[in-house]
Amino acid sequence: MYSEKVMDHFMKPRNVGEIPDADGVGTVGNPVCGDLMTMYIKVKDNKLADVKFKTFGCGAAIATSSMTTEMAKGKTIEEAMKITRADVAKNLGGLPPIKMHCSNLAADALHEAIKDYQKKKEAKK
Amino acid sequence: MRKVYVDHGAGMPLDSRVLEAMKPYFLADYGNPSSSHSYGNSAKEALAASREKVARLVAAEKSRDVIFTSGGTESNNLALKGVAFRNREKGNHIITTAIEHMSVINVCKYLQKQGFEVTYVPVDTQGVVDVEKLKAAITDKTILISVMYANGEIGTIQPIREIGKLARENSVLFHVDAVAAAGKVPINVKEENIDLLSVSSNDMYGPKGVGALYIKQGTKLVPIDQGGGQENGLRSGTENIPGIVGMGKAAELAQTEMESEGKRLTGLRDKLIKGVLGKIDYSFLNGHPSQRLPGNANLRFSYIEGESLILGLDLYGIQVSSGSACTSKTLEPSHVLTAIGLPHEVAHGSLVFTMGKQNSEDDVNYILEVLPDVVNRLRALSPLTPKEILR
Repeated sequence: MYSEKVMDHFMKPRNVGEIPDADGVGTVGNPVCGDLMTMYIKVKDNKLADVKFKTFGCGAAIATSSMTTEMAKGKTIEEAMKITRADVAKNLGGLPPIKMHCSNLAADALHEAIKDYQKKKEAKK
Repeated sequence: MRKVYVDHGAGMPLDSRVLEAMKPYFLADYGNPSSSHSYGNSAKEALAASREKVARLVAAEKSRDVIFTSGGTESNNLALKGVAFRNREKGNHIITTAIEHMSVINVCKYLQKQGFEVTYVPVDTQGVVDVEKLKAAITDKTILISVMYANGEIGTIQPIREIGKLARENSVLFHVDAVAAAGKVPINVKEENIDLLSVSSNDMYGPKGVGALYIKQGTKLVPIDQGGGQENGLRSGTENIPGIVGMGKAAELAQTEMESEGKRLTGLRDKLIKGVLGKIDYSFLNGHPSQRLPGNANLRFSYIEGESLILGLDLYGIQVSSGSACTSKTLEPSHVLTAIGLPHEVAHGSLVFTMGKQNSEDDVNYILEVLPDVVNRLRALSPLTPKEILR
């Protein structure tokens, strides 16, 4: 059902965990639907110095979270905001159609984390 | 790698003795039972012998009360639609339960569109039908009560005898979907007051694509398909003789081995349940602790999701099912888990282990060795904690 890439990220997810002093945190999904993910980001010089995640969900939810952190790390805020769900799915060698919508939320969680960071930064000014 | 297949509820291997029994009917005895020559007679005899074996499995008095179909789904369709359309003048009310198989629930929904009224009786937290509510639902318009013998997902066995008595007292026809139960637990259509009973070959190590419907003599149905009038005019179409022979053999073997195999599987089931609940925190049993199918253990793990559990176990060679939405075409969790009162976020973390003939105690030990690691790994990934999920 899943590509080798998805299974690889499911088996060995990258960047799992929380960042206690994160600059931004974003959560999307709902456990009622079976998917919930939280992204933590650390920003340095307008770049994502560190990205970590925690995910409750199916194989696709875990793999897309892992892939998103890998894609986002080292990118500038602007570049990271441009990462789409479709990019994540593509980098994983595709996802089953039913998973495209419900379990492919990691890019959204990343964007939420960035917005959280920007809001906090704004508030400090 | 070790392979442990514990998904017998989804699909079973054919018993090799069943395959041997079927073999002659593909290349040698290929006659049509409707033919008058010797090839036809040979097929006719095979058909009669198989009918007798299936009748014996459910303690039907007369083998002619059994007709063969293409499986559990067709048997359920024929029973429900056949009774409903035949009794339209008498009444338009059907009673069933909230945890039936989709081949009953969706037929009921179809019948609702045709003007019938359907009451879906709730079940308790262990999946047992509320007999009092069922009783209260009966009206003078009720023509049929349909309750499954046992639920294949949560394993709960229903108080069929009690419901049968109730149906008889109220002169309402009683249909039982016994697909998940037949061949695993003793069924007696006479003593349990069952008028119609669906069984499937594939759920007792027989071939796929064959099933049967027991119809108590005198119970009138209208057929769904019109044609040559085979199977008492209720199931037209040339009989699937190799498949029917396979089902007959499977029924015979199931009956002979039911007691010993039932005892063995109950032992494995209880060992698995006890082991999991003891070893893994925040794990729970879905369904009834004792009134359940011998090989069925439906277990729930808080704050992780079923499909990732399936994938995680598959990496260790363990094949299992989940009651989670994410493995199915719909995104809803199973209607059965919802009906026993589980909120969606909790229902998602359920696994269904269905053990069968080839499973051993070693398999259970292996699952108990591997499962805690898989659960812990996924829990380490999860943003949820017991505090948040357990309400």
